[in-house]
Amino acid sequence: MTVTILLFAVYRELADTASLDLELPADATVRDAMDRLRSLPGLGCLPAEPTVAVNREYSSLGRDLKPGDEIALIPAVAGG
Amino acid sequence: MASETGGARVIGHLSDDPIRVEELLRAGSSADGAVTVFIGRVRDHNHGRPVIRLHYEAYGEMAERELAAILDETAGRWTLSHLEAVHRTGTLELGELSVAIVVAAPHRAAAYEASRHVIEEIKRRLPIWKREEYADGETEWVGPVPSEA
Repeated sequence: MTVTILLFAVYRELADTASLDLELPADATVRDAMDRLRSLPGLGCLPAEPTVAVNREYSSLGRDLKPGDEIALIPAVAGG
Repeated sequence: MASETGGARVIGHLSDDPIRVEELLRAGSSADGAVTVFIGRVRDHNHGRPVIRLHYEAYGEMAERELAAILDETAGRWTLSHLEAVHRTGTLELGELSVAIVVAAPHRAAAYEASRHVIEEIKRRLPIWKREEYADGETEWVGPVPSEA
């Protein structure tokens, strides 16, 4: 299945892109997607337990993914 | 976006344009004995380092959804008649308003507590990032940044 990864702020700069598509096995979890991302240029530094959102809601890493899911990497937030 | 939660009118959004507080002050009605306004502004220093401007980047769709959730939770917890929060995006100069929270309520305790709750939750949950620009020309994302192992 194909899922979309969104990258913001420092992650966007490290990866030099704001979004990318990942091809994953049908039973993949968010954690599997993170493991795959770590092999890409600039993203080797991704922490073991990154904060993520799936389809615009904060999500655990154990969540099962579905085709077309939008997974956002959320670096430390700094609003306010 | 605007909604009604627990009897309160609830409005939350991000804005690329300057925040105009005068417009926010029309909140509530004569039944509200208290209106609090919290304003966050761009500060000229951070950890002793001179800041000259900053840039906010947001995951817009999620930030608006998360802000609405924060406001709905808040309106459900305190007795309020109006709850509004605006957060800036884009480039901000020193002294510019980064966030404004306006609460109108019959009584002050609820207005103060709700206002404080909203700003703390914004800081904790809203997917917004801040890049500071310093007097020496360097820029940095605020907060812990992952480094190459």
